[in-house]
Amino acid sequence: MDMPMVSASVLGRRDSILAALRAVLPDDAVIGDEAGLRAYECDALTAYRCPPLAAVLPRTTDEVAAVLRIAHGMGVPVVPRGSGTSLAGGALPTADCIILGVARMNAVIETDYDNRYVHVQSGRTNLSVTGAVEADGFFYAPDPSSQLACAIAGNIAMNSGGAHCLKYGVTTNNLLGVTMVTMAGEILTIGGPYMDAPGLDLLGVICGSEGQLGVVTEAWLRILPKPEGARPVLIGFDSNEVAGACVSGIIKAGILPVAIEFMDRPCIRACEDFAHAGYPDCEALLIVEVEGSPAEIDDQLSRIMAIARAHNPVELRESRSEDESKKIWLGRKSAFGAMGQINDYMCLDGTIPVSALPLVLRRIKELSGQFGLDVANVFHAGDGNMHPLILFDANKPGDLELCEEMGAAILKLCVEVGGCLTGEHGVGVEKRDLMDVQFAPEDMEAQMRVKDVFDPQWLLNPGKVFPLRVSAGRRAA
Amino acid sequence: MKPASEAELAEIVRGANGPFVVRGGGTRGIGRAGVGEVLETGGMAGISLYEPGALTLVAGAGTPMVEVETALAAEGQRLAFEVPDMRGLLGTGGGSTIGGVVAANASGPRRVQVGACRDHLLGVRFVDGTGAVVKNGGRVMKNVTGYDLVKLMAGARGTLGVLTEVSLKVLPAPEAEVTLVARGHDLAAGAAAMAVALGSPFEVSGAAHLALGEGETRLRMEGLAASVAYRREALRARLGGDWDVAEGEPSAALWREVRDVAPFAARAGAVWRVMLKPSDAPGVVAALAGVAEAAIADWGGGLLWLFCPGGGAQAVRAAAALAGGHATLWRQGPGAEGEAIFSPEVPALVSLAKGLRATFDPRGLFNPGLMEG
Repeated sequence: MDMPMVSASVLGRRDSILAALRAVLPDDAVIGDEAGLRAYECDALTAYRCPPLAAVLPRTTDEVAAVLRIAHGMGVPVVPRGSGTSLAGGALPTADCIILGVARMNAVIETDYDNRYVHVQSGRTNLSVTGAVEADGFFYAPDPSSQLACAIAGNIAMNSGGAHCLKYGVTTNNLLGVTMVTMAGEILTIGGPYMDAPGLDLLGVICGSEGQLGVVTEAWLRILPKPEGARPVLIGFDSNEVAGACVSGIIKAGILPVAIEFMDRPCIRACEDFAHAGYPDCEALLIVEVEGSPAEIDDQLSRIMAIARAHNPVELRESRSEDESKKIWLGRKSAFGAMGQINDYMCLDGTIPVSALPLVLRRIKELSGQFGLDVANVFHAGDGNMHPLILFDANKPGDLELCEEMGAAILKLCVEVGGCLTGEHGVGVEKRDLMDVQFAPEDMEAQMRVKDVFDPQWLLNPGKVFPLRVSAGRRAA
Repeated sequence: MKPASEAELAEIVRGANGPFVVRGGGTRGIGRAGVGEVLETGGMAGISLYEPGALTLVAGAGTPMVEVETALAAEGQRLAFEVPDMRGLLGTGGGSTIGGVVAANASGPRRVQVGACRDHLLGVRFVDGTGAVVKNGGRVMKNVTGYDLVKLMAGARGTLGVLTEVSLKVLPAPEAEVTLVARGHDLAAGAAAMAVALGSPFEVSGAAHLALGEGETRLRMEGLAASVAYRREALRARLGGDWDVAEGEPSAALWREVRDVAPFAARAGAVWRVMLKPSDAPGVVAALAGVAEAAIADWGGGLLWLFCPGGGAQAVRAAAALAGGHATLWRQGPGAEGEAIFSPEVPALVSLAKGLRATFDPRGLFNPGLMEG
């Protein structure tokens, strides 16, 4: 994996850059020492590391603007960082960049239940947004699995999803407005505590732009009243095809579950060994969860189970209590931990049309044999978001490269059947060089022109999203 | 001009030397009549993919809405964002197209629960001002691969490019629907009831107050029959007071009226569309007494339709701005002649929008100036 050439001129001006930053920020907000910078050398894509030139931790939008004006004036690249949980390397530094971390900006500015929004600083963690409103019966819907740690800033940059998207949508569907600072240091407010901003949908393109258009410092987030309750049913099948047909049958029947999770046999076995959730040893497992009052849940689950029975399940287990629900979710929620105990793993998140599920699982199995690497599949089946986990041994020379090669083959397959490279993790550096599998040169050109408008010098997170040879002319400009 | 294919459209654009008025069905245009040759999308029509089990539909931009709705209804599904029919209000004829719906980000009462058109738009293909064919997004529900130009194209009213194909998320049509109706309330009481309803766990899918006549508040719930029956009673109990019940088709008719702003259709005069914080709606309407003869508050109050027979531009824009919102002149009328149509934006955002238009449509071919005044 290549990163952009480091600017010798920027490296040579290191002391003056640090001095300029210290002139506008408190001492404790500027990190320039080797030990301190090591904390910022990578995000959750730990295979790639590089300490930055400097890291700053501003506390206000004005401080962010001051940092960006300096970086802009001195021609220094800036890599924004939320909590550093990106699985795609979205916050991976270069040696000549300033890491701009928003972690200290974590205040709740305003909570408004009558209008159902919360206004927060962007460094606040996802789960603590819900934490701020749940005592009053509300929640923030997008729930990426890193929600305990990940920041709203990163959620907006990556347009993060979660397990409940089928019903509640992803970040972009729950974002009302942002305060953002451009690379030139200009503070913009786009949208706000109302539904639609005037003019072009700039908010829509900023969300998911991987920190390349601006640094979001505040956000207005839509909050929702908590449902009265939720309960899952666990359904086991002896083939992936039948499980896929069951998912399609549930959706066609007009029931909209809040989540439909799918696990294949390798994943079921690993989770069972790890968590002892009492899962049956079968080819495919569905966990379908619905919400509402107890009677509404009973009604929906009985309809779902009737559909499932028509597909001859090997197991059908309806949760009747909080404890039973927890047990059903236990295995699924420990999937990543279970895999981590077996080996190192790489988690992909390509999305496919739900109808292509059986074909894709079959092909992944073939690829697994071909590359000699085990794969377990856990999958948000309602929305087609796959999570193949490829197991490899990081200590074995060549294994990481082999795993990356196989990952690329799986993602190409996702695109081939009508899907995409990434459903919720983002492109970052991880999938950057696969972009032309999905996009023609004109498609990428159109996207890069948007960056040209927001950041003409390509200083903001420049080495991400677009293949380096595709963005080369712009970054040099 | 009516290109029969995307390739033909691209060819026309590459060879063009004058501006176009980009047109789907021509039913929901607002703003001044554009100058230039009319470029119709009707030749690029037809549903190319519909997978009910995956909740996905892909269609040419010029596909008539009637065709889309018929295909979905046959499978018990629908476009959840409740597309308004603007023909009555705007005095237009003909039939709407799916591309026009997307270009206008046309979204009805259910927007308050499920989001706008842009929230259901999964992918687009379009021809930009250089004649390049661009695709973005796709046909899957979760997709964060590259920038989201899909959202940018929704609501751009054809000013960034001409849509050739759109891909949409569809949802099941509900088994049952019910509307609770209370009469004789003012907007303040209506807004309070709407806030209670939308803050409840009963999945209210429509919350509107008609500030005309004696005043009427409407709250809708949809879903499985038993569930709707339960939530109807649970919400009534939470609200207190007298609420009548409309079910099935009579309930649907109440929401078509709100969706299409029907009460203002037959009355001559300017109609404004104001976007604001829902709880500010009563204050804004009170401040406009004598200017707005009637108001319809949809989206729990977050969307105000104002009927202003005297025009009212200055007063409406000032009241909207004071509340932190913004106003669009949806239908022109006496007293509002020559007024800007679209909401004014702050200079920094205007310059970003100009930059985007200049880069997607460098020769200013598509609906030039449409959204800029």
